[in-house]
Amino acid sequence: MINQIVEYLRNADPLIQMSAVAAVLTLLGIIFALTYFKKWGWLWREWITTVDHKKIGIMYLICALLMLFRGGVDALLMRTQLAFPNMNFLDSQHYNEIFSTHGTIMILFVAMPLIFAMMNIAVPLQIGARDVAFPFLNAVSFWLFFFGALLFNLSFILGGSPDAGWVSYPPLAELSHSPGPGINYYVLSLQISGIGSIATGINFIVTILKMRAPGMTLMKMPLFCWSVLASCIVIIFAFPALTVALALLGMDRIFGTHFFTMLHGGNPMMYVNLFWVWGHPEVYIAILPVYGILSEVVSTFSRKRIFGYKSMVASLMLISVISYFVWVHHFFTMGAGPGVNSFFAVASMAVGIPTGVKVFNWLFTMFRGRIRLTLPMLWSLTFIPCFAVGGATGIMLASAPADYQFHNSYFVIAHFHQTLIGGAVFGLLAGMYYWWPKMFGFKLNETLGKWAFWFFNIGFYVCFMPQYALGFMGMTRRVYTYPAETGWGTLNFVSTIGAYLMGIGFLFIVVQILYSIRYGERDTTGDPWDGRTLEWSLPSPVPHYNFAQIPTVNERDAWWEMKQQRKEGILPPTKEPLKPIHMPNNSSLPFFMGLAFFVAGFGLVFNQFIIATVGLIGVVVCMLWRSLEKDTGHWISVDEIKQMEAS
Amino acid sequence: MKKTGISSRLKQVLFSFALLFLLTGCSDRFVLLDPAGPVARTENWNIMITFLLSMLVVIPVLAIMVYVVYRYRDRPGNKAPYTPNWDDSKILEVIWWGIPILIVAILGVFTVRDTFALTRPPSNQKPMTIQVVSLDWKWMFFYPESNIATVNYVEIPAGVPVQFVLTADAPMNSFWVPQLGGQMYTMPGMEMYLWLQADRPGVYDGKGANFTGKGFAHMNFQVVAKPQAEFELWVKSVKASAPPLTKEKYNQLVKPSIADKQLYSSYPATLYREIVDKNGGMYWRMHHGEHESHEHH
Ligand code: HEM
Ligand SMILES: [Cu+2]
Ligand SMILES: [Cu+2]
Repeated sequence: MINQIVEYLRNADPLIQMSAVAAVLTLLGIIFALTYFKKWGWLWREWITTVDHKKIGIMYLICALLMLFRGGVDALLMRTQLAFPNMNFLDSQHYNEIFSTHGTIMILFVAMPLIFAMMNIAVPLQIGARDVAFPFLNAVSFWLFFFGALLFNLSFILGGSPDAGWVSYPPLAELSHSPGPGINYYVLSLQISGIGSIATGINFIVTILKMRAPGMTLMKMPLFCWSVLASCIVIIFAFPALTVALALLGMDRIFGTHFFTMLHGGNPMMYVNLFWVWGHPEVYIAILPVYGILSEVVSTFSRKRIFGYKSMVASLMLISVISYFVWVHHFFTMGAGPGVNSFFAVASMAVGIPTGVKVFNWLFTMFRGRIRLTLPMLWSLTFIPCFAVGGATGIMLASAPADYQFHNSYFVIAHFHQTLIGGAVFGLLAGMYYWWPKMFGFKLNETLGKWAFWFFNIGFYVCFMPQYALGFMGMTRRVYTYPAETGWGTLNFVSTIGAYLMGIGFLFIVVQILYSIRYGERDTTGDPWDGRTLEWSLPSPVPHYNFAQIPTVNERDAWWEMKQQRKEGILPPTKEPLKPIHMPNNSSLPFFMGLAFFVAGFGLVFNQFIIATVGLIGVVVCMLWRSLEKDTGHWISVDEIKQMEAS
Repeated sequence: MKKTGISSRLKQVLFSFALLFLLTGCSDRFVLLDPAGPVARTENWNIMITFLLSMLVVIPVLAIMVYVVYRYRDRPGNKAPYTPNWDDSKILEVIWWGIPILIVAILGVFTVRDTFALTRPPSNQKPMTIQVVSLDWKWMFFYPESNIATVNYVEIPAGVPVQFVLTADAPMNSFWVPQLGGQMYTMPGMEMYLWLQADRPGVYDGKGANFTGKGFAHMNFQVVAKPQAEFELWVKSVKASAPPLTKEKYNQLVKPSIADKQLYSSYPATLYREIVDKNGGMYWRMHHGEHESHEHH
């Protein structure tokens, strides 16, 4: 294994060698800084062993932003290579690795942790709960995600990245055509983080169904919680398909089985089906919580109740159900009969109906409101045209005869970036800006944020609109170069400029965060936006037990209602005396469990079964250890609560 | 404050600009807008109708958004009505559940009609068959009716429906000649069927559309449509002047490499069948039967 890695690094492209050096230097830098500032203890106690959902949410957020950076650099490298015909900046192997890691990272290690971040930060607070249903499991999920992502990111310096696309179809992804460790990295890191995702799905379904404050019936629940519920339902039905697909592909590669090779009676189309049975719903897993965020933001910053609440709930649920009946639209051209294609085409279009309804409801929430154009609202507003266009091009793709032409072309690339960036990422940024003061106790600087917003948005259109046109020009996706005669040069060049503008936008976000950590306006009220839901009734940042007293809910916008009543002079009913609060203990087991999975995964990547076994034993030991632990919680006394509430 | 109003309008302008650009087909490089045969025409029609009908939703959304944001901004002295508790209107909701349902219903009808239509031969002329094998990283064509073979180059008679029978002796690819019609996957051990027809003589670019590794970007080929008589002359000349394709040569071709156009005067009669079978074709036939239908799984 060591030889293999050294050999690989010696022969690797200079860009990869350079990044390997950079990675090592960064690591040393971090270790040095932590030691110099004596922060190891703090890191361990406050973060690594934490089971507090708010801190876990913040860790998800930080990882997602770092991964967004990595994926973004990949994107710029690719766009640079495509800026002109016949470019010689990246060779085809390197280009293939970059687009494969780019896609995988953006979907699994950016979009997913971002939604998990928002869920963790806001859901328990919105439903008036002290924690999620299974706090320890929540930490396990995070560390599985973390180590899965780490494993994936190591691939490019330790042995080679996956190079068969984010879909990794066999037979291309089988040992026969991709012999290096790249696809093993893909299989194992997705498998590890996937387990965490399923656990998160279960955790939040139970949290939402079981832990709402007294009086909060389902129909009084904030829409963000509804959207998370919908998304988590999709997770628990969709991710098992990915688990199976990856397990079978992994066995084909590592143990020589033939699940997906025709030659011994396997069937590669089975992989394609399993992949998209997960892959399509996955895009809705990413977008559903965004619908929720938008509903919260639009209502808050229009100072109005959300329009058509019941329709909003119904459409969320409809989308989550229909999203299971459309996966074939990713391979209409794989020879299914006209009956099958027709069914999946019409089902795919049907998703557009509830989506359209939501857009109109947001518009009418703003109608006759008072719209404040703060950062969260700007990002939400820009979501609307983006998503309208992305939805429209989705409908165009869903029409099977049209898709025979669009499939595998740049039109598809433009479509899904429009829905995933203009949809998921813009919406999640809106969420980040919205809950930022709640998370950290200060606001982000608006001016820098606006610069980021405009660079990102203009860059987005400059980057992706030409790609629709390139699709019409017959440019196929995943080509690393093209001849000048195709005439694709100009539009590609424009697109590359757009990508760089987006890169600048991202840098502005980084600057904005760094600047605001020092100079950002402190949020002393806990309610900087004049919010409507319960999280805004708490101080920012929120004490780790969330609510000193669990609130009673009578209305949909519970906190808004309380504020209105207070204005009218109706005082809240006198509170009962404080009681001690029971909270779960910190634990290092989730971290070690993730580490054990990591070791097992790393061993399997290189067919080192001894290392793999050590890792798996580690996993089992962690589970046993946990099952033998008796005292997993502690009490916070009334005095301590009083002290915390006073400060 | 004003910024958002302008930005939304800006986006609208940008977007309509993009549309104009696409719709006018200002350049013959927009191959999807320049169909050269009945299959591509059906698909092109489908593209247009879905585009126009989805615009029925997109344009009002953009317009309403610009208007609402402009009118109801929170600025001092805004006289526009403010109704913080108005959150329900049955009529409005019926409208925007109704309109998308209607649009999808209409689109659904066209989609289903055309999806079925595309599985049938595009015209009543007597069809011909060409077998296609995607290799790493080149396209192999067999003419079973005249026993010639070509690489990265295929001639067809204009005005004649051609049934391409597709398979792969390499990872999955996708066979795509945009001006003649949409694509179809090639898969090892399986056979897929695709009808194409060129109305007029011409040279049409074809390509591999599904990623297959290192040489994928270079997997392009030419489709040359000629009047029937000229096509037959071409076949004759290939038979007369090109070398034969032997098994050894084929085994060389299979190896991953990028190739130029090649012509062969003959090929071993069982070669194509062997290619399908050596990739597991027998298992596929076992499950699907020796069927003549144009669909599977
Ligand atoms: C109105 C709703 C939508 C419809 C009808 C729709 C339809 C489609 C269709 C038919 C394809 C396959 C195109 C092809 O490969 O030939 C596709 C691809 C894709 N869509 Fe959508 N879509 C919709 C919304 C979304 C949303 C909300 C997202 C993500 C948040 C999304 C993300 C993607 C992605 C990632 C792909 C490409 C996957 C790949 O091939 O790598 N779509 N969409
Ligand atoms: Cu899909
Ligand atoms: Cu098949």
